[in-house]
Amino acid sequence: MKDQLEKKKVKRIKINLDKCVGCRACEIACSAFHATPKYSSINPARSRIRMVIDELNDEYVPIRARDYTKAECDGRHVYTINEKEYSECSFCGAVCPARNLFKEPDSGLPLKCDMCVDDPPLKEPLCVQVCKVEALTYEEYEEEVKEEVKLGEMEIGLQSLVDKHGLQKLVDTVARMSQKG
Amino acid sequence: MRYAETGYNLEIDLTRGNIERVETDPRLTELHLGGQGTAAKILWDRVPPETDPFSPDNLLIFSTGLLLSTPVPGANRTAVNTISPQTGLYSHSLFGGFFGPELKHAGYDKIIIRGKSPSLVYLYINNDKVELRDASHLQGKGALETGALIKKELKDQEVQVVAIGLAGENRVYSATIEHHNSSASRGVGVIMGDKKLKAIAVRGTKDINIARPAELFELCNNMYQYIHDNPHYTGDIMAHEDDEEFHVDNFAWGNARTRVKGFWNKEREEKWKAISDKVRVRWTGCYNCPKDCHQAIKYPGRHTYFTKCYSKLTYAMAAFKELDFDYDILGVTQEYGLDGFSTPQILAFAVELYEAGILTDQDLPGFPTDTGERFFYLVEKLVRREGVGDALANGVYWAARQIGKGAEEYDHNSIKKFEQVPLKLGMINYPYFLMYATGEKMNITQIEGSYPQIPIADLEERKKFVDNWEAAPERFKKWFMEWEPRQHPTIEASVNICDWNETMHYVDDAIGTCAWLSSFRGQFGGRPAYHIYNLPKFISLATGMELDTDELWKIAARNRNLIRAFNIRRGLRRVDEAPPANHWKIRDPEKEQQTLDAYYEFKGWNKEGIPTKETLDKLGLDYVSEDFVQRGILTGNEGAPSKETSAETEKN
Ligand code: SF4
Ligand code: SF4
Repeated sequence: MKDQLEKKKVKRIKINLDKCVGCRACEIACSAFHATPKYSSINPARSRIRMVIDELNDEYVPIRARDYTKAECDGRHVYTINEKEYSECSFCGAVCPARNLFKEPDSGLPLKCDMCVDDPPLKEPLCVQVCKVEALTYEEYEEEVKEEVKLGEMEIGLQSLVDKHGLQKLVDTVARMSQKG
Repeated sequence: MRYAETGYNLEIDLTRGNIERVETDPRLTELHLGGQGTAAKILWDRVPPETDPFSPDNLLIFSTGLLLSTPVPGANRTAVNTISPQTGLYSHSLFGGFFGPELKHAGYDKIIIRGKSPSLVYLYINNDKVELRDASHLQGKGALETGALIKKELKDQEVQVVAIGLAGENRVYSATIEHHNSSASRGVGVIMGDKKLKAIAVRGTKDINIARPAELFELCNNMYQYIHDNPHYTGDIMAHEDDEEFHVDNFAWGNARTRVKGFWNKEREEKWKAISDKVRVRWTGCYNCPKDCHQAIKYPGRHTYFTKCYSKLTYAMAAFKELDFDYDILGVTQEYGLDGFSTPQILAFAVELYEAGILTDQDLPGFPTDTGERFFYLVEKLVRREGVGDALANGVYWAARQIGKGAEEYDHNSIKKFEQVPLKLGMINYPYFLMYATGEKMNITQIEGSYPQIPIADLEERKKFVDNWEAAPERFKKWFMEWEPRQHPTIEASVNICDWNETMHYVDDAIGTCAWLSSFRGQFGGRPAYHIYNLPKFISLATGMELDTDELWKIAARNRNLIRAFNIRRGLRRVDEAPPANHWKIRDPEKEQQTLDAYYEFKGWNKEGIPTKETLDKLGLDYVSEDFVQRGILTGNEGAPSKETSAETEKN
């Protein structure tokens, strides 16, 4: 793999937890934007940004849907910030079996934040636009990154199995599975 | 296809443990919209007037407003309706937060609860899966604490919960139903407790159909911006103000008797601000609303709870205490689930009775000397119905009569047996006289709000105000221009002001828009987000109904008359429509009665305040007039309302 520097636009949503009022407008706007046809329905359950709210612990955390993961983590951190306890899950965007978040309600398929790609492009992702109290803000900047050959989803999965078990064992297992039908 | 609404209600029979999903009649939406409107229709049809509030046949109805779960900003109110044991009449409460939208996404417009459960249960709704679950482990738990425990037990942080505390469980009349940052008061928690329903937990992930979604979304986006950009016209201003002069100087302290003049000064303001800043952990809003009217409060040694508007002062003023006392006691009363308006008055009433020697050390063993400590003492008695608390738990009106020995004299601030906001003022105010007298919703805050409370002294300013007054029908602009400080509006204007104010509430209560963006807000600044002229468009785009301002006004009138009819059938008459004698110092009984006559006539009601056959039929409420004729409430031969000789009719 040849490393080469290239400029890349990075999109960043900044989150200020102290400013959030818990209105869930971000969820509503996101679900509308991603509805087919666009804006045809609002339904927080379909949103790719979700509010983790525990009002009695004063916990208001917007999280953004990231990648699908098959298994939940085997352990979790608990953070104390300003005397409030947060589970690691409150900050985690993984679509994970341990919880309901970020699953299409009908099919159960994982949802993922795409930063509201649109044509023409939006000036800001919609959740940021509707967050009037500026708990969510948006910025874009350029970063020099090493060019890498991007792996597809299946390759990522296979690579992780190879890393864990070694290539030979993986090949053997696949052969055995295919014989069983 | 049904738009904006799900088209289904959930019917729960707690006696049998039966659960049904029932399709609703779309015609009723056209006639009543939803929320309180359609709830009133159900109560009229299914709860005959002889039904005792504590009978299993009494219904407890949770109704989402029609626009909930559409993109309409601030449409998040759920109405709770039943018959109140305190008033014997229709009981109405609203709460915001997140419950209603979740219920709609679960696929239901209403939850209609009847019967009584043999043991304490809670209702769990997860889309199509609905079940009653044992709640014995939640007995005695705090109202908000119950929500947290249920979420944990269901392993779902996303469920929205309403729950009663100990007060509701013990059928205290001033018990509330609590949800997140909001509560439903005015006598609904007591019925939930009577039915042995500790809580309702709901989770919903379904879509709601919108008739013209893209157009509505755009309209709502603009409205969202307007609400955010205009803090002077939208949301609960009082929530954010540290200047409490308006409340502490104008409202009565103690048992609604004492005005404390000159209490407010800069020093106190700073002191109180420091207290609020210290205990407030966050400002929060409701579902799909850019305002932040609720303070999350963490007082040392208490659970987190929320306040809005004037409840942060009601206990302090009733006990002649400072603000920290209020924050402290709210930490207790919110968990017990007690109405922050009625309860302080009940406690202050008891303190007065003790000081007058009507309640003695025998009734209140070990009664402390400090009023603050007395309040804490009395709250415990009240929520447990212990000793004299058993009488106090029935509210001031009934407690006074149960205690006797002249205690009735101390019940001087209730209308229709319900505690009122402690406002004792100097000069009679006719529009307010009408609102107090004729309101079915027991609290002035549920009736007032579109027409400003005071004129603008500067003529040019006033003119400017009127020119920008989009929310007001033309006639009010004229009256407002003519209104000089300290002058009474004409009878005609008074009647119309009352009518407009209440109409806007009947609209909000049906569609679920928050009063702080609409019906309650125009009186401060005149430019509420929602009004009678722009709402038809929101409703039309969401529901597909053809609707204009006149039609919306008519629907509100239909709901108003149906609720009135429900109360009339339960015995409400003119004699009940009277603010307390000392509500204003200077009164004019003759003109008051003339004004009341004029209002009844304007409404198409007879001298007893009963809607006439003509009025009812015009509103499509023929089934009500038929029922009235059958019961002899109306004779069936009435002419115009002004020619009524109802006194005779009544006696028959
Ligand atoms: S829109 Fe902003 S303030 Fe509202 S819940 Fe989302 S992050 Fe919080
Ligand atoms: S205006 Fe305030 S009370 Fe009303 S919905 Fe918005 S946040 Fe809630």
